[in-house]
Amino acid sequence: MQRYDAIVIGGGHNGLVHAAYLARAGKRVVVLERRHVVGGATVTEELYPGFKFLTGSYLISLLRPEVIRELELARHGLSIMPLESTYVPLPDGNYLADWPDHDLTREEIARHSPRDADAYGEYASTMRRLALAIKPLLDMTPPNPASKDPRDLAAMAQIAERLRAMAPADFQLLARLMTMSAADFLDEWFEGEALKGTKCTSGIIGTFLGPRSPGTGYVLLHHYIGEIDGVHRAWGFARGGTGALSQAIASAARAAGAEVRVNAEVAHVLVKDGVATGVVLKNGDELYADRVISNADAKTTFLRLVEPKELPDDFVSDIRRYRTTSPACKVNLALSGLPTFTSLPRGKEALLRGSIEIAPSMDYVEQAYDDAKYGGWSTRPFMDALIPSLLDPGMAPPGKHVMSLFVQYASSELAVDDGAPGRDERALRPNPQGGWTDAKKAQFLEVVIDTLSQYAPNLRDLILHKHINTPHDIEQSFGITSGHIFHGELALHQIFFLRPAAGWAQYRTPVPNLWMCGSSTHPGGCITGAPGRNAALEILRDWSRA
Amino acid sequence: MLTLKTTPFHARTSALMQGAEWRRWAGYSVASAYELTPDREYLAIRNACALIDVSPLFKYHLSGPDALAFLDRLVTRDLGKMAVGHMTYTPWCNARGKVVDDGTIARLSDTEYRLTAAESNLRWLHDNAPGFSVHIEEVTERLGALSLQGPASRALLEGLTGTDLSQVKYHRFTHVSLAGHPTMVSRTGYTGDLGYEIWVEAERAETVWDALVEAGRAYALQPTGIWAMDASRIEAGLIMLDVDYTPAPKALTDGQASSPFEIGLGWAVHFKKGHFVGRKALLAEKERGSPLALVGLEIDHVAFGKAHERLGLTTPFPFVPWRGIVPIFRGGEQVGYATCGTWSPTCKKYLALAQVAPAAAAPGSALSIDLMVDRSRQSFQATVVGIPFFNPERKRA
Repeated sequence: MQRYDAIVIGGGHNGLVHAAYLARAGKRVVVLERRHVVGGATVTEELYPGFKFLTGSYLISLLRPEVIRELELARHGLSIMPLESTYVPLPDGNYLADWPDHDLTREEIARHSPRDADAYGEYASTMRRLALAIKPLLDMTPPNPASKDPRDLAAMAQIAERLRAMAPADFQLLARLMTMSAADFLDEWFEGEALKGTKCTSGIIGTFLGPRSPGTGYVLLHHYIGEIDGVHRAWGFARGGTGALSQAIASAARAAGAEVRVNAEVAHVLVKDGVATGVVLKNGDELYADRVISNADAKTTFLRLVEPKELPDDFVSDIRRYRTTSPACKVNLALSGLPTFTSLPRGKEALLRGSIEIAPSMDYVEQAYDDAKYGGWSTRPFMDALIPSLLDPGMAPPGKHVMSLFVQYASSELAVDDGAPGRDERALRPNPQGGWTDAKKAQFLEVVIDTLSQYAPNLRDLILHKHINTPHDIEQSFGITSGHIFHGELALHQIFFLRPAAGWAQYRTPVPNLWMCGSSTHPGGCITGAPGRNAALEILRDWSRA
Repeated sequence: MLTLKTTPFHARTSALMQGAEWRRWAGYSVASAYELTPDREYLAIRNACALIDVSPLFKYHLSGPDALAFLDRLVTRDLGKMAVGHMTYTPWCNARGKVVDDGTIARLSDTEYRLTAAESNLRWLHDNAPGFSVHIEEVTERLGALSLQGPASRALLEGLTGTDLSQVKYHRFTHVSLAGHPTMVSRTGYTGDLGYEIWVEAERAETVWDALVEAGRAYALQPTGIWAMDASRIEAGLIMLDVDYTPAPKALTDGQASSPFEIGLGWAVHFKKGHFVGRKALLAEKERGSPLALVGLEIDHVAFGKAHERLGLTTPFPFVPWRGIVPIFRGGEQVGYATCGTWSPTCKKYLALAQVAPAAAAPGSALSIDLMVDRSRQSFQATVVGIPFFNPERKRA
């Protein structure tokens, strides 16, 4: 019989982080990954010879410095290169750029609006202050406000104290930002459509909402909490792609004594007398442990891996209602050369080393959402592109390039062709593959390439190979329900003490000894390592009391 | 107009300069950074490849039947095993055993050597030459030098020259065909990474620069200034003249000068070879013990970050290394001084090089350093660690 202290279901980055912390605390841990490679959606795949594709996540910012430090990820090979710039080509042949230099950025913004150029510095420092104020929340187990447990009360008091320490004007602004739309917030600061267009994308990335939807203000702030080497709001590329990060974490976990198994898909969680005791693999093997921790998303965990009879009805119903409809696709292009962006002036080619954003205005992004919200896709999608081979020559053969495109919106629940609305997500899969047939997939990939070709007309001639992960593909490849990159929307009704369900936001589940450590728990998605680490600290605290 | 000298690459480097960040190096103008923020230049050294103009290095051509005997008497390191094609790093001292300079020696042929130095050494070389049949010629201005550093440097150079460089081991050199001419390329550098130094006659400098930049397009080549090189040399635990030690000829007192043992170069002092300048004094120091030892320090950057967060500030880690004598304490008593420090984006640590009393130099010793937090000074733990801080396998590959 194979017996462990802890079994972690899923070798995504949070599962690996979680296992590393447990192993460092002396626990005998095994991570079970269904694919042939660890990392989950944090993976680099050579899908075309010599070209390394970022088939899932592509940038790092919110990865907790604590995780980097405590797991010694630098020693295990992690190297992060901050992106310096953002380049926003515009349909009229103009462009907007954000440089790593204050004076250059000011000049670029002033070309569009001198007033915005002045406001920009104050906006950045305000966002930094607000982000600093809420950052400590990332690393805490959310207290249950309905509980009288002394730990919950103490945590609530701690939060209250934190908020009281803020300048009153900042606190009021924070309260407004948390509840308003990214568009309303940005309208208060800026007048330039292009600037607002690119800024609002932080409020909708991975989120099936438009910039005018309330709640996107919070998502905007979420993307400002990140830091690299103390520099806030910095986003970086890991040498070798995000897969190299997963390898570094796996290396740290193994060095600490954890066992990491690939090709080991869990069929279901073993529950005996209402208590989790282990797992059964697809191949029939049974593994037993004192604790079973699921890094899978909440719907996969509670609607597929655990039998419904083991769970309270109201909890199952909360999880069914947990919003996972996803708007995001991932496209990778193998290119024979660098695309020429017609709006990019000579001498400013360095901008191609940073983010390239197709988000010319808030209206453009809102329209992209409107196109998709009834089970469709954007005819002109928002895109966040990156050419990693300009930073890391190992990503493509010499002289060739690889381009990574985060694309939004394309619904994980496409409407069936008869025009009927998409499936009710509370029901289970009446629309096979969420409507993503091979034909639809090819069709949307053309939409993406067409859209980008508007700004870089020679793109098509350079394409050696193209690959798209639709929400359905992300679901299939990485085992994430609806392919939602955050394991469920970062909407106000499912964050903090409500993530993934009210009363179950402390990494525990209704099944004793079954825990959660993935992005369906606080603080949610992105490469943060925070759910994995927070859950480990919580489980170890619980263990020490047992 | 009266200006500093410029290197043979100046026409190219000045065209890249964005923010007028020039600095002085041995009477020349060289770039601190080409771009307005130097981050990218540093990252290229560790993740792609960087091209650094190091032409201001002083270079001397030594030839004659006694060239080896002369050099062996001049420097502390045993050169007896040096074959043609070898390059070796060594300090050299005055009679009191204080370091005059440090640099490399390349054996070009049976009777020809090239010495590089951080400072002008012509008088020192001549003063020590009587009795030796050696011809000494300064070639600093005639010879440009480029340092091509980073994990992609070998692939770039192999592609450009059509030469298999895997057999050119660490601290060896060869001649390759570069832009149509045989060019000396050494497997050396000052970054602790995979890298090469390219030695080229001044009149061919621009052609070679252009060839490297053109080939470099496929390898994310980044022209890189001294700030980025400085951060990487600190990570590599390599010392720098005028920063980590005062060369003996410039020291106003013996206390300002350093012996090789005090600056981490004891390993390059070989008493078993014949007489060399400073031998007697160094032997005596070795027996008696040195007052200082070079150490690496890891500054508690978590506490440094928290101190800033308490004030509502983000943490201003130094991406451009600082230089200066900063006291190091143990239990309130000064035990030595740091000479330079930097945030290491690669190690994710705040590093410093320091010289401290041997009793405080053991790895793991908890020392402290005062740093500014906004407008006040605060003490932070600085733990002694082994150097190099960063030592990838590819450095010697």
